[in-house]
Amino acid sequence: MTPPASQNGPGAETPAPGKRIPPSAFLAKPSRRHRGLWALLGVIAFLAVWEAVPRLGLVRPVLLPPPSAIPQAFVAEVRSGQWTDAIVHSLVHYFWGLLIGSVTGIAAGVLTGMSRRLEDFTSWVVRLLRPIPGLAWVPFAIIWFGVTPTAATFIIVLGVFWINYFAALGAVQAVDRDLLELADAFGHRSALAKLVKIVLPAASGTILAGLRTGLGQAWMSVVAAELFGVPGLGQRMMQASSLLATDIVIVYMATMALFYGLVDMGFVAVRDRLMRWKA
Amino acid sequence: MIEIRDLSLAFPNPASPDGRTVVLRDFNLSVAPGEFIAIVGASGVGKSTLLRVVAGLVPPNSGTMVHAQSGDLRGRRPYGLVFQDARLLPWRTVRANVAFGLEGLGLSRAERRRRAEEALALVGLADKAGRWPHQLSGGQRQRVAIARALAVDPDLLMMDEPFGALDAITRQSLQDELLDLWRRTSKTILFVTHDIDEAVYLADRVILLAGSPATVRSEDRIATPRPRARDDSAARALVTRIRDRLSDLMDGGGI
Ligand SMILES: Nc1ncnc2c1ncn2[C@@H]1O[C@H](COP(=O)(O)OP(=O)(O)OP(=O)(O)O)[C@@H](O)[C@H]1O
Ligand SMILES: [Mg+2]
Repeated sequence: MTPPASQNGPGAETPAPGKRIPPSAFLAKPSRRHRGLWALLGVIAFLAVWEAVPRLGLVRPVLLPPPSAIPQAFVAEVRSGQWTDAIVHSLVHYFWGLLIGSVTGIAAGVLTGMSRRLEDFTSWVVRLLRPIPGLAWVPFAIIWFGVTPTAATFIIVLGVFWINYFAALGAVQAVDRDLLELADAFGHRSALAKLVKIVLPAASGTILAGLRTGLGQAWMSVVAAELFGVPGLGQRMMQASSLLATDIVIVYMATMALFYGLVDMGFVAVRDRLMRWKA
Repeated sequence: MIEIRDLSLAFPNPASPDGRTVVLRDFNLSVAPGEFIAIVGASGVGKSTLLRVVAGLVPPNSGTMVHAQSGDLRGRRPYGLVFQDARLLPWRTVRANVAFGLEGLGLSRAERRRRAEEALALVGLADKAGRWPHQLSGGQRQRVAIARALAVDPDLLMMDEPFGALDAITRQSLQDELLDLWRRTSKTILFVTHDIDEAVYLADRVILLAGSPATVRSEDRIATPRPRARDDSAARALVTRIRDRLSDLMDGGGI
């Protein structure tokens, strides 16, 4: 289980003689096909190691089922109808939590970033609320909303809100003053005109990075939010684990990974389209 | 057309005893409609600051400024400003950058596009309209900034060292294009430059700013009709005189 240490010795950085490192190794863009190939190789290596560990008897299969056992468990779970049920519930929580958390987080961050007074006004409230993890709100979520989808959504909203709030706040505060002066010089003097023409586009890169972090964070919150009994994939994973049905736990982990991957891929495609002005 | 009277401007400066640095004091200037004024002076003397005050980007501490507008201002802005840095918006195409000042003037999209492309053609970049700023050279970016200022069809064009980043040949051709444009449109131009040759070649009047706080140290009127020869001997003599004055002021603690 330990990584091969010999590769990481102090001499590892020295290139082999006769093999030159291109001067701009960091900036050079490898071809698309090459990158795809490396990504695929990485996945294959990961699965191979995982398969080997239980098969070689390093770990008992009930503690870590090999990947080859997962498709079967997946088919059974889908046939029973539980998979679809859990996924639909979780996706609804995910969607609303992400939407509400992102929109309110970005809006609050942008507004606070535009107004010094608002920043001062909220600074201590933010400092007090910010470190409380989403899970710590579960008791209140249950008291306020009961064991309902609303309670689960609430937990997700909290997690996503802060990420987007701080990303948007930082991005807006970092907008180049010179560009705001440019807006003044060309007659765009109102706060709204500056927001639309300068602040939002200038901040968009960082805001989008925050949104993307939120896409991942929201899945974590989905599991956490459903652990206390709201139907969905988190609840189903808890059931499975109490029965030691680790293969089913992995089915849901893989499902989440797959959904996250799809959403993230779609997001990156949209982002690259929006940000095509970047070099 | 522009009357600047007793203009003073100070920036807050915690390091100085009175808590501020006076950049301009009792600055006076009157500019006739259609006049081409060049402002020269050492780095840091306050040339850019002066343009900022005239543009209303920085309120003066005292003094008055009257900027009488002429003609119909519909679809136009009172002034166009070319900053010392190109200051393009990286998320807009070249065309959309040039159209920046045209937004909010009640023009149709097609009209804005037409005027932006017209202005781009003036600076010789018509074929770059669809590019992103990062795909341009430094000099091309500066020309886009000039096109942006021209697009709003201002009475007053203020340019802060607009050709400073260009090679000699491009600079000369843009100087001639600027003169051509000025002749055809009768705009008033306030042109800041480090280059005294350029000032003397282009302007009706060359104003030398010096000192801290900055004041007008000399004013030379150049009556030579245009087109002017670049190697005109009277012009050369004037360039030398202004340069000597400037270096005297810098050596003699005049700054
Ligand atoms: N926002 C500001 N706050 C404080 N001081 C400033 C500010 N802007 C400019 N200054 C100071 O005012 C003085 C004049 O600056 P300005 O930019 O007008 O110089 P300049 O004549 O345009 O110089 P250059 O030829 O190098 O562009 C400088 O000493 C500068 O440090
Ligand atoms: Mg300057």
